[in-house]
Amino acid sequence: MPQGDHIDLARKRHGYRPDYFERNRKKDAREVHKRAAFAQKALGIKGKMFAKKRYAEKAIMKKTLAMHSERTNRHKADDQVQEGAVPSYLLDREQTARAKVLSNTIKQKRKEKAGKWEVPLPKVRPIAEDEMFRVLRTGKRKTKQWKRMVTKVTFVGPGFTRKPPKYERFIRPMGLRFTKAHVTHPELKCTFNLEIIGVKKNPNGPMYTSMGVITKGTVIEVNVSELGLVTPAGKVVWGKYAQVTNNPENDGCINGVLLV
Amino acid sequence: MATITVASPANNIICSLADAEGRVLGPPLDLPQDAGPKELQLLLNTILQTEEKLPFAFYINDKELSSSLGAHLLQNKVSVEQILQIVYQPQAVFRIKPVTRCSATIAGHAEAVLSVAFSPDSRQLASGSGDTTVRFWDIYTQTPLFTCYGHKNWVLCIAWSPDCKQLVSGSKDGELRMWDPTTGKAVGNPLTGHRKWITGVAWEPAHLQVPCRRFASASKDGDVRIWDTVLQKSVLCLSGHTLAVTCVKWSGDGFIFSGSQDCTIKVWETTQGKLIRELKGHGHWVNTLALSTEYVLRTGPFDHTGKQYSSPEEMKKAALVRYTAAKRDSPERLVSGSDDFTMFLWEPATGKHSKARMTGHQQLVNHVYFSPDGRWVASASFDKSVKLWDGYSGKFITTFRGHVGPVYQISWSADSRLLVSGSKDSTMKMWDMKTLKLREDLPGHADEVFAVDWSPDGEKVASGGKDRVLKLWMS
Repeated sequence: MPQGDHIDLARKRHGYRPDYFERNRKKDAREVHKRAAFAQKALGIKGKMFAKKRYAEKAIMKKTLAMHSERTNRHKADDQVQEGAVPSYLLDREQTARAKVLSNTIKQKRKEKAGKWEVPLPKVRPIAEDEMFRVLRTGKRKTKQWKRMVTKVTFVGPGFTRKPPKYERFIRPMGLRFTKAHVTHPELKCTFNLEIIGVKKNPNGPMYTSMGVITKGTVIEVNVSELGLVTPAGKVVWGKYAQVTNNPENDGCINGVLLV
Repeated sequence: MATITVASPANNIICSLADAEGRVLGPPLDLPQDAGPKELQLLLNTILQTEEKLPFAFYINDKELSSSLGAHLLQNKVSVEQILQIVYQPQAVFRIKPVTRCSATIAGHAEAVLSVAFSPDSRQLASGSGDTTVRFWDIYTQTPLFTCYGHKNWVLCIAWSPDCKQLVSGSKDGELRMWDPTTGKAVGNPLTGHRKWITGVAWEPAHLQVPCRRFASASKDGDVRIWDTVLQKSVLCLSGHTLAVTCVKWSGDGFIFSGSQDCTIKVWETTQGKLIRELKGHGHWVNTLALSTEYVLRTGPFDHTGKQYSSPEEMKKAALVRYTAAKRDSPERLVSGSDDFTMFLWEPATGKHSKARMTGHQQLVNHVYFSPDGRWVASASFDKSVKLWDGYSGKFITTFRGHVGPVYQISWSADSRLLVSGSKDSTMKMWDMKTLKLREDLPGHADEVFAVDWSPDGEKVASGGKDRVLKLWMS
């Protein structure tokens, strides 16, 4: 048990012993030799334990040294020539994720005329009519069966006005109407939440296209103006096609891939 | 002259002619209302006693006179009670045809083209790229000429010596290399000294020394270094900036201007490397500098006639003649563009205070450029616009809108009548100074346009960008 801080007190009053620092230096200098002698002598579990402790110490030491010389070291990564060269006036600026320029605009137009696209999902499961629609019975005795309710997700344009219920053959439920889609840019590998402009083609038939039914494989047009895409002529692209890759009626959201 | 003053005195207007700096030429004149620019030009040529008929443009209250005097005054409601001051501006005696089509798309670079430069005599073209090479192009056959390997990283900037004998390129690892444009071989060893990438290179003007020996380079590490191409080493290191130097210019008076990210512009003297002046005012990084005589300094002794010189003395003399003609006994002006969306007009030779502050851009100013006759300043900004300013007073003139992406670089035609701009939206656009409107849309690049240069003889425009091709545009 320590009996008070008499050593400290003596040092405060009289200072260090004249040979204090010299002795300490020598002790430190001898320490390494002592350890080395011990390391050679220690056998069995003692030796193993010592070696393990020493190994851990050395690893930490190496790490700290590396950390200190981090700033002065020449890093290999800096010397390598990186992709995506930019001029000096852009070097210090933060580069935001860049949208690709559409070099194949002409091709796209041609495809549009033919009504055919090379799409990520070339084939979809055909959906039968009785799966797409539910029959609603109407009339006082509920005997009339001409009314249908769409059971899939639909897109209804902002300018849509309902017809009088008497003439409304197809009902597109409010809960299944969508205005936005999560669209992935395949080259940028990032996803944006974009507004839907319209339904371009539903693979199940032109009737569904005109009704705006969105099922898996449907080609929709989305508003990409905020992506900053530019045509080769320097115009901002605002509408682009995307294909739906999930079953929106099951998932509650529309996911798609941009067709570029 | 007699034919002009004959008209009935009742409708006459008392005018005085003045040059751009406001010096009045002779006594006031009594001019008839139906006098137009043509008659004024005739009159002015007689008063100035020029040997050849020089073209002039006339301005009344900063509005160009295009019809007859009377019609112009009526249209713009100018008072004729006072003596009407008509400002005359000399125009270039030659006219450069606007480029309209892409004459060649030359592939070759394996990475984005970062800088493009025509030689001062417009006979050679070089480009630096992200694939670590400098390439020389044959502009007559529009084919690659030499590929120069040697740099270890992206070649960020290139600069021709004003006597066309050398090309210097600076790379991202801080090395500078010199190339011989006739053989495409490296001259000497790489010049090392900068610790970070090179942001700009400026040669000593040809009227100070021919053959060109010295050039200055600016680097991200905050230093400006002056190099000697004969000794192959750094002669002086101008350190003082606390942050990266973004732009360096060597003025005709023998000063070096350096703009830096520490918001200051420093003026250096080149024999001992002393700091002469510090121009303060900007609130954010200084991105770019432009000198009123920059175009003449760049082209040195070569002008639009394509004259070649046999001896260095002759070259030096011709360069001096061109320089004094461009400077016209007023001090050199400097414009700086900054990240604080403004620009300053300075006269560094007379004082450390700015002459004018040019505000209006809504995004940072990336490039400013004086027109070759020093009359206009054009500025390219990330707010998708190019703005035009008066080069003497710094007054705003107009905005050129049309780009849909940030404008990176601009380049003037040698006659100061046209301006071409390259943008991130993958197009280039040409703007007309006469109508202050878009003259030509130049689509063709598949990606961002990083570098634009108009050849000093006005025949061609070269551009390079992220789509790795070099495009040549012709009329």
